Amino acid sequence: MHSKKIKKRISWIDIVSCVIVTIFALLCLIPFLYIISASLSDENFLVREGYRIIPGKLSLQAYSIVLGGEQIWSSYRVSIVVTLLGTFLSLFFSSLIAYPLSTKRLKYEAMINFYVYFTMLFSGGLVPTYILISRYLKMTNTIWVLIIPTLIIPWNMFLLRNFYASIPASLAESARIDGANDFTILIKIILPCSKPALATVGLFYALGYWNEWFKAMLYNSGEKATWPLQYLIMQIIRKAETITNMAAQGVNVSASNMPSNTMKMATAICTIGPIVLAYPFVQRYFTGGIMVGSVKG
Amino acid sequence: MRGRQNGMRVKGRQRTKNSFFREIRKNVFLYGMTIPGLVFFLIFSYVPMAGLIIAFQNFNVKQGFLSPFCGLDNFKFFFNRSIFPGLTKAGLNTIWLNLLFIAATTITSVILALAFSEIRSKKYSKLTQTLSLLPYFISWAIISLFLNSVLLNASNGLLVNLLRDFGIEINFYADAGVWPGLLVFLKVWQGAGYGSIVYLATITGIDPQIMEAAEIDGATRWNRLRYMTLPILRPTIVLMTLFSVGKIFYGDFGMIYAIIGDNGMLYSTTDVIDTYVYRAMRTLGQYGLSTAISMMQSVLGFGLVMVANGVARKLEPDSAIF
Repeated sequence: MHSKKIKKRISWIDIVSCVIVTIFALLCLIPFLYIISASLSDENFLVREGYRIIPGKLSLQAYSIVLGGEQIWSSYRVSIVVTLLGTFLSLFFSSLIAYPLSTKRLKYEAMINFYVYFTMLFSGGLVPTYILISRYLKMTNTIWVLIIPTLIIPWNMFLLRNFYASIPASLAESARIDGANDFTILIKIILPCSKPALATVGLFYALGYWNEWFKAMLYNSGEKATWPLQYLIMQIIRKAETITNMAAQGVNVSASNMPSNTMKMATAICTIGPIVLAYPFVQRYFTGGIMVGSVKG
Repeated sequence: MRGRQNGMRVKGRQRTKNSFFREIRKNVFLYGMTIPGLVFFLIFSYVPMAGLIIAFQNFNVKQGFLSPFCGLDNFKFFFNRSIFPGLTKAGLNTIWLNLLFIAATTITSVILALAFSEIRSKKYSKLTQTLSLLPYFISWAIISLFLNSVLLNASNGLLVNLLRDFGIEINFYADAGVWPGLLVFLKVWQGAGYGSIVYLATITGIDPQIMEAAEIDGATRWNRLRYMTLPILRPTIVLMTLFSVGKIFYGDFGMIYAIIGDNGMLYSTTDVIDTYVYRAMRTLGQYGLSTAISMMQSVLGFGLVMVANGVARKLEPDSAIF
């Protein structure tokens, strides 16, 4: 009885923890509220009254302009295709090499592991990669350049390998006795047993593909049809910057060239929308993945 | 004698060759499955490594990787730092910013993890965790857009207005001094929620019986946090810190370039090696020089990972990476 009473008493630790997590969570949430509110505001009202958490005067004009343009739809298509196709291909090719390494049956396993691991320690860097991809592989201005160079990420591959290694070997063994080859075993037995793992690693891959903008800037800046959403956002930022700089230097620029604030926010919402909508469903796998990654390092 | 030795050597070689083929034949499907992956890493990781050769060449686009050699010309920056003053600055910025990032993110992540674990209402703990992870899902492009239109815009940015109310006028996009602090804040904002999950996993893995035993022995809640939970977290903290220290020569290009871009007024505190290399390549066309710089970066980084791992093995035998 006595100890129960002590447990229930609220100590300063309760208060401090509560304050810390509440402040941090609010800091993480509030920027999104501002973006949503601004995207739903009337442009003139926004310029006059400044940004607010609750939109002062509702208007859907920004969305109708943004969604009325062709570029956003084309960028949506690129982002969605790259993310879905890229995640699928990445999971497939990562599994293809991860499974053999998980079986412990290969004599040259350590060599192959090191071959992959070394690419995490040392890299050729930006310039040779750029020259290889643009001059020799001629992949510029295609959506493939957004997928293929990061098809297998060593860290994710090792995560999958560790998951596969935890599946009882007897499952694969009995299928082998029945005459199934290793590829069939991977497709028919290992992958169906690893749905949580595939969801987790798939999420890592998908997030990487969806948020990537640098490769688009480097390789695809010449072809608007291959711009993903994130690069479109970068374009909007840079354009606004350039116009502001020109105005500061006394060059006469008309305000109509400037993407309006509400339009910028509406574009941002269109870009983060799919992630935020999918977030509650995938978060479980995500936290699971971070934990497994940290345990197995 | 000699002939016999030779014969044995040939036989030995044959035997290893045979055993190689026997091993491949035995697991032909498994080895076959690794081929796409092996080819992928060959093309996109090992060929660029071989491409580092252009650090020693007078690169031109026509001849590509076969450009004429020029010895160590591209490495002059290393021996005579005054040629490229911006580069030394970028190198120092890279290390300094990374140190700040590592310290701030680690401390915040650990504090957050402790707070999450001490919250009594599991529902509230889950809810706040979910919100704290949200920024990790957002690209730096979006964060940059938010900064330059909502928060730091010179005419009506929220932070600018707030500071103005206190009588402080700062033009953020022209004042290099404020950026290290801002970048650290952003890094923590974006990554601490993610980092805390790792530590939280370790905390939830602690055997509750140990904690109960300590409680019966009269340890207060604070004592248990200070003298039990924190020491248990130590190997994880060391491991995560070492992971980051190994990457200290690599600037976060995705973050810095998305936020700073080509704003020369902010280079003095925010330019990092990676953005410098990018500019040297794209705007100056200095392929050889930028390759030489990133080669130094890779070599130093490789050495550092090795050292970091050695240290990890000494300090916490459980936490070495390999």
